[in-house]
Amino acid sequence: MTLRRILIANRGEIAVRVIRTCQRLGIETVLAASEADLDSMGARLADITICIGPANSSASYLNVEAVIAAAVASKAQAIHPGYGFLSENQKLAAACNHADVLFIGPTVEQLDAVGDKLKARAHATAAGLLGVPGGEVRSFAEAQQLAEQIGWPILIKAVGGGGGRGMKQVTDASKLTEAMDLATAEAQASFSDPRLYVERFVSHGRHIEVQVLGDGENVIHLGTRDCSIQRRYQKLVEEAPAPNISETLREEMHLAAVAFARNLKYRGLGTVEFLVDCDRDAFYFLEMNARIQVEHPITEAICGLDLVEEQIAVAEGRKLRWKQGDVKFSGHAIECRINAEDWEHDFCPSPGTVTHAVFPAGQGIRMDTHIQAGSKVPPFYDSLLGKLIIHGTDRKDALRKMGRALANMEITGVSTNLVMHAELMRENEFARGGVNTAFLGQFLQNRNREAA
Amino acid sequence: MKLTNEDVQQILQLLDATKYDELHLETERFKLTLRRNPASGDWTQETQVLWAPNVVQASPHASAVLNSAASGAAKAPRDPRDVVWTDVRAHLPGTFYRAPKPGALPFVEIGSQVETDTVVGIIETMKLMNAVHAETCGEVVEICCDNAQFAEKDAVLMRIKPGAA
Repeated sequence: MTLRRILIANRGEIAVRVIRTCQRLGIETVLAASEADLDSMGARLADITICIGPANSSASYLNVEAVIAAAVASKAQAIHPGYGFLSENQKLAAACNHADVLFIGPTVEQLDAVGDKLKARAHATAAGLLGVPGGEVRSFAEAQQLAEQIGWPILIKAVGGGGGRGMKQVTDASKLTEAMDLATAEAQASFSDPRLYVERFVSHGRHIEVQVLGDGENVIHLGTRDCSIQRRYQKLVEEAPAPNISETLREEMHLAAVAFARNLKYRGLGTVEFLVDCDRDAFYFLEMNARIQVEHPITEAICGLDLVEEQIAVAEGRKLRWKQGDVKFSGHAIECRINAEDWEHDFCPSPGTVTHAVFPAGQGIRMDTHIQAGSKVPPFYDSLLGKLIIHGTDRKDALRKMGRALANMEITGVSTNLVMHAELMRENEFARGGVNTAFLGQFLQNRNREAA
Repeated sequence: MKLTNEDVQQILQLLDATKYDELHLETERFKLTLRRNPASGDWTQETQVLWAPNVVQASPHASAVLNSAASGAAKAPRDPRDVVWTDVRAHLPGTFYRAPKPGALPFVEIGSQVETDTVVGIIETMKLMNAVHAETCGEVVEICCDNAQFAEKDAVLMRIKPGAA
């Protein structure tokens, strides 16, 4: 079938980004928005906007019934869930089937297989991948016992989630109760699933992921992304391909990701995340994200595909248009996430109204944003204002262009982490490439020490 | 007409070959300003999507939300004899939760004894859960914000009568 009208059940920059591809493909767009977003850029760009409830996301963007009702009322043939919110929610996918609306994403069974992080670990093992030591915990006592077994420090993670929500690092038993309480609350608020699991915390690993695309039968990979620049498990900078890893390791990761997805007969766009121990040239399966990801544009930059277009094509029931050999990579891409947070005051969230927004423009520069002068940044949702994506001929070129592009960006009215990115791009260790997940914390600490 | 990133790129390529440093383009639908920095030669863009949203269905929840916000604001007029009570305020705007998870017992109730570092609630701002600490030793005497209610920055969440806990 050919889709003519799609409902976008999301907000912010990803809603705008999905609308733009739909417009290019001649597909009508219906935006399902909360009361806080009725005047957002997405609402202005969409052909139709339907209010699905109050600002609080549990009553709107996480409300399956409201989203389905909006799709049915607007006669949309499909729902694009974006990332976060209901993007990997089995209830939404099942309700779509029931309402005869296409869910632009994997099947209910596949969402279950990877959305439940414990099941995903089991599937990884079945596909021959290694996972990080850990398992489910149902109580404080179980968590403590497992932690003693695998060794402190540990990471508490949400069984139902990703994106750092509900994730807490715990160094010893005394901090376990408070961390589990907060993790449970975050997990419930973000994923409507309070279950937790525990993994050994690996402090000096790199976070490298592989983009995959499947049609239910064939699976191809679209290369690696390095997402090691993180703070509190929130990615801040990503690059593609992952720099400074051996080509053997890269190819092994490609193959492992494809094997995992093929084992599930995966249909749709997905990302297989690995924790890479570079000292040992080894990698461990972390999880699979069964949705489009925030950092997808860097993959688009190096492989030249529009991943939302591919998502739609696969959802329409088409076979992959590309064989692995057709996918050619060129250059290097970096993404900086521009967030409304005061990075010099412990990244304190900074909701408000944007008074001024100037973005860099030119060859190799892409700005994905929903922000313009006058835009509201509500306190109800995450702090992402936009993503600056630079495509260079090589990493050095991309870094240089990123530095210039950041200098040309100006956002006033809310605090942003713009200056942090500019300083980061000038940092020697980062410029050398291949830093691990502990790097950003160190960088921020050193900076604070110098300032003191 | 819809303006894409590719359109902007092409306009820039055309402009690059000219002596012009600024372009203003305004339609009913959008406003675009392109500027060239004379020193670096780098371009910047400012866009405004002007089209009014085509909202087809008003939410039945709207009035409920407004009402609850109004009643929250009208709550707890301050009594002069209360000045010895200490306010626990929201450091950030966000949703206030009195319990660690749905269905769980609240962190504190009226009459609870608290220490400075006692967690008395959670504020959810931009999807992050921040623990609210009592910051005062004493007894909780008033809870001013209901569970799952939105609290503005610096809103009083509860009040504590200072004293040895």
